[in-house]
Amino acid sequence: MTVSSILDGYRDAVLARKLQARISRLSAEIGRRILIMHVCGSHEWTITHHGVRSLLPENVEVRAGPGCPVCVTPATDIDAAVDLALEGKALLTYGDMSRAKGSKQSLAEAKTLGGDVRVVYSVHDAVNIAKSRPEKEFVFFAVGFETTAPATAYEILEGPPPNIHFLTSYRYVPSAVEAVSRSPDLRVDAFINAGHASTITGMKAYKPCFDECHKPMVFSGFEPLDVLMSAAMILTQIRDSDPKMENEYTRAVTWDGNLKAQETMQKVFDLHDGYWRGVATIPNSALDLRAEFSNLDARDHYGLKTMPDGADFVRDARCADVIIGKIDPPECPLYMKECTPTSPLGPTMVSSEGTCKIWADHKIMSTMRCRI
Amino acid sequence: MCLAFPGRVLSIDGDFAKVDFGEGTVREGINISLVEAKPGEYVLVHAGYAIQVMDEKEAQKTLSYWREILAYERESGAPTR
Repeated sequence: MTVSSILDGYRDAVLARKLQARISRLSAEIGRRILIMHVCGSHEWTITHHGVRSLLPENVEVRAGPGCPVCVTPATDIDAAVDLALEGKALLTYGDMSRAKGSKQSLAEAKTLGGDVRVVYSVHDAVNIAKSRPEKEFVFFAVGFETTAPATAYEILEGPPPNIHFLTSYRYVPSAVEAVSRSPDLRVDAFINAGHASTITGMKAYKPCFDECHKPMVFSGFEPLDVLMSAAMILTQIRDSDPKMENEYTRAVTWDGNLKAQETMQKVFDLHDGYWRGVATIPNSALDLRAEFSNLDARDHYGLKTMPDGADFVRDARCADVIIGKIDPPECPLYMKECTPTSPLGPTMVSSEGTCKIWADHKIMSTMRCRI
Repeated sequence: MCLAFPGRVLSIDGDFAKVDFGEGTVREGINISLVEAKPGEYVLVHAGYAIQVMDEKEAQKTLSYWREILAYERESGAPTR
């Protein structure tokens, strides 16, 4: 049995057409507009790449919410990383993060100005690079959601060498879903919850949010049929006026999640209020290093500024509205005009999980959907 | 950033595993310390770390469930738009 032989079933065209028929029937029975929000860049890629939206009826809209970690990393954190690189520290980070601009520059641009910026695949690689050059100071710019934070926690508990510090900008998805569900101007009917982040937290992390909002929540995988099955599950719940937390991604997500990863993460990080670039400060949404690890914290070590200063995006750019899921990319006046994948102005056009980048890569220039 | 790929664990050496991602891609040095994985099992790998063991039976069960409940559903024709 290979990986692809299992997943091929989740791309079965016959089953897809049957699901499409079921979804059409359900949406006709519901008879009103339904807005489903997902909160994961990888879901946006699946949906756009496989043309899932074109399979959905007129009155069912699936929109991307705040599911791109690079996009929500505060400009002040990127600025701090750029300044450190230009001061002679070696900055290590993931590829997408190196290309996102802060209020002035990206780390990739800092590199062209002589800064020592290196792209790594994993935090383990970052630690190994630091070990190999004990005379040099390294900073790992650690961004991501709870999917990524446990790995950094593991390396920190293993005891990294003294010449590496961590500039962390980790965010916690359940708190963002809660904030979106409370937003009066978004009027989301249901959520497709992030599959990979939920493998760590489990479904249970979303229980308080569900108990408050009583909106359908389906935990979904990343093959095209996963998304169609999730849409059918959500529409069945709405038709039957029976909202619940349901698991479509049973091959990876459980109610309790990955307890070992949670324990590792909680030993190193605790939750604080966190700023999501251009969106808001969301309570309990930042996974920050615990006080006992402050000796590893680049903010403490180098005395960095931590408060966002409002210089989020270039003028007229609507990155914030794309991030929160208020608009689709073509509604931004800069989309594919001043702002393109080869010369991105905002983070949503940089990251492979940014909605603008995904839409641009698939040459989506307009949206045929009518707005709510 | 939350991109994760499923792969089959070929062998384990301490905290690290050799993982077959299919289509000829095999990687060594995947950290498996955050999961309880055994050789032959499928893991979901994110940025060099296995974050969950995949349940192969559940994957098949979900498909069978949908095939069953949609057995009499007629296939829709061309996309509606």
